[in-house]
Amino acid sequence: MIPELGHFALILALSMALCQGILPFVGVHKNNASFMAVGNWAAVGQFVFVAIAFVCLTTSFLQSDFSVAYVANHSQLDLPDIYKVSAVWGAHEGSLLLWVLILSSWTLAVVRFSKHVPTEFTAYVVAVLGLLSVGFLLFMLLTSNPFDRLFPAPPDGADLNPLLQDPGLAIHPPMLYVGYVGFSVAFAFAIAAMLSGNLDRRWAKWTRPWTTTAWIFLTIGIALGSWWAYYELGWGGWWFWDPVENASFMPWLAGTALIHSLAVTEKRGLFKSWTLLLAISTFSLSLLGTFLVRSGILVSVHAFATDPTRGYFILAFLAIVILGALILFSIRAPDLDSEAGFKLVSRETFLLLNNVLLVIATVLVFLGTLAPLVAEAIDGSKISIGPPWFEIAFAIPMLPLVFLLGVGMHTVWRQQPQGSLAAKLRIPAIIALLLGVIIPGLFYGRFGLLVIIGSVGGVWLIASSLLEPLRSLRREKGTAGLPRAVWGMSIAHLGVGVFTLGVTMVSAFNVETDQALSPGGTIEVAGFEFEMRELRNVNGPNYSAIEASIDIRKDGEFIGNLHPQKRQYLVQQNWMTEAGIFATWNKDLFVALGDELGNNTWSVRVQYKPLIRWIWLGALIMALGGLLAATDRRYRTRETS
Amino acid sequence: MKPRQQRMLAVGLAVAGILVATALTLRAFQDNMMFFIDVSDVVAGNYPEDRTFRIGGLVMDGSIERAEGSLDVHFTVTDTACELPVVYSGVLPDLFREGQGVVAHGRMGDGNTFVADTVLAKHDENYMAPEVADSLAKHVGGKTTDMGTKLEKCKPQ
Repeated sequence: MIPELGHFALILALSMALCQGILPFVGVHKNNASFMAVGNWAAVGQFVFVAIAFVCLTTSFLQSDFSVAYVANHSQLDLPDIYKVSAVWGAHEGSLLLWVLILSSWTLAVVRFSKHVPTEFTAYVVAVLGLLSVGFLLFMLLTSNPFDRLFPAPPDGADLNPLLQDPGLAIHPPMLYVGYVGFSVAFAFAIAAMLSGNLDRRWAKWTRPWTTTAWIFLTIGIALGSWWAYYELGWGGWWFWDPVENASFMPWLAGTALIHSLAVTEKRGLFKSWTLLLAISTFSLSLLGTFLVRSGILVSVHAFATDPTRGYFILAFLAIVILGALILFSIRAPDLDSEAGFKLVSRETFLLLNNVLLVIATVLVFLGTLAPLVAEAIDGSKISIGPPWFEIAFAIPMLPLVFLLGVGMHTVWRQQPQGSLAAKLRIPAIIALLLGVIIPGLFYGRFGLLVIIGSVGGVWLIASSLLEPLRSLRREKGTAGLPRAVWGMSIAHLGVGVFTLGVTMVSAFNVETDQALSPGGTIEVAGFEFEMRELRNVNGPNYSAIEASIDIRKDGEFIGNLHPQKRQYLVQQNWMTEAGIFATWNKDLFVALGDELGNNTWSVRVQYKPLIRWIWLGALIMALGGLLAATDRRYRTRETS
Repeated sequence: MKPRQQRMLAVGLAVAGILVATALTLRAFQDNMMFFIDVSDVVAGNYPEDRTFRIGGLVMDGSIERAEGSLDVHFTVTDTACELPVVYSGVLPDLFREGQGVVAHGRMGDGNTFVADTVLAKHDENYMAPEVADSLAKHVGGKTTDMGTKLEKCKPQ
């Protein structure tokens, strides 16, 4: 009964989405305000029905209703309740449902918070979002219905993949999706701007807080995914340049470019076509990401061919969205004259450089991700592009960006007065050169060209970002001081600096060793002693495990105890490594059990990872900066004109 | 700058950037592309001598051997037609088991043994790396499973 209710709710949601996608267009065409308003109500209705479907699926999971195929394949009686809930989005069908739920939530937010935007413009935005929702609901109902029944129902389910039974992964996909899907709002605003001919600066102003908010969630989502891979996949890497990771990273890079390009369009009325194209590309990359991850094409071009319906559907959807948007753009392009010019040394130039570098990085990641697919499609050869390629390809545009960023954020619009930059940036530059060289030498005792470049760049960004906030704090205590948007910008860029330092140090000074260890034995890594005290058996709700107790000492002094586990999940009989991690602000000590080598001896991977937390901390600081920027006062006041 | 000059600047920068990026990409692709080679081809001697590549197949039943207390492990990978001995030192992935699909990166060492620097087994027992699945499909049921052909084809060079 409940699954049928959910299925029915999805069909009603589709009809609501159709109303939402069509009626506002009719309304604008006939200049009929009530037709335009119908779109808003249809959006509310769509949200309600999608939410009902989502609750129904969650209920089926909580009740362990294995007559629902999706539940039977991804849950099990003994699965803890929290993972029964997170299993809802643990695989294809359910994650699509989550996609649509998030899309309709964004739509609802747009309806609620767009009182200052002309009704006609909002009508277009809501209609575009409705059409996107139609695409996804159709996709779900035609190819991937989460409510399909299984007969006869199995007595127990096949369990959720043990890797996904983790708090980090319970919240990672929703965060990521809120970000991904959020760019649909930027896309809808761009399309609405082109449809309504509202191509002055205002649409950029309306779009900015939405785009930044989506970007915040995507940033946190990617950071969570990286953190999860670090401790749950067991082997201590934090980014693998895996196609699935790249699929989320490409929209992030394009979205970051979009945020900056929107700033120029809003403030100066420049880069209009470029901003529109970026809004289209960012959302297209989000769709492409969904396509890459969900169609099975990454596994193999052949896997795509064995079950092509889903893949072809998304491919067709992708083609309609991108081609439609580009055709519209080509019609509108002649109207996109710039309002003004700017000098070589100006904020405009630096934001232009920012965009060029970020787009190059996006294109390179895109090429590296798709090259194996292209090669296989052309001559059937199976190649893989390894992380070393991505690391070089990514560093080429990003290192100059780090240095330019520290200058760019202190430039002014139109034309920078001569000499003002040098005076302002002298102190941060000196600090960066000193600390950037001293830190690796003093704390890690080694130098290298890349290390110096990375650490100087990181310190430079941090120092340069703190300049404005520090000046404001010193000068005007108790007064309003800097606008919140400037705080946001400074803090987000500070986050980039923290991130850069983290990546530099962990790449250069990471120590990793695989060794054999038995109770009573000790390994020394990077000056820390790891002593295995005992091995014991422990039992969890749906797994049994072997757990080691490992004491860590530094210079003979006890600093901590770790309990890495090797778990065997009872239903799927999979072995899983649960690493033990001792974390402080400046390092992680990481111990993972490998295999039993006989005689109570285990192979153990021990790692020393300096400043690795700074990578995720940097991402969180960037997100915090975004939050401040998105909630700046000028987005909250109504437009008076 | 005038709008026209701006556009020239933007286009110029973009074109220069893209040219540099393309050149570097193509160069780096050459060095970082890793080919997947069927076990049968490796055994027949068709592999790059001077660079690393990937192999994959099933871990033969009863082939995993390790010296007690040591991290060195020997095992044999088969595509069901030919067999290739592999040596690896380090921690093996969780799903590494006899009879399971596996992918290894590395190069050929002495004595026709593949020296692996990375061994991958995916985290789902139903999942098999596509290269491995293809490679197995090519050799099961084909001529190569015929005993005579197999012996002929799998003779080390």
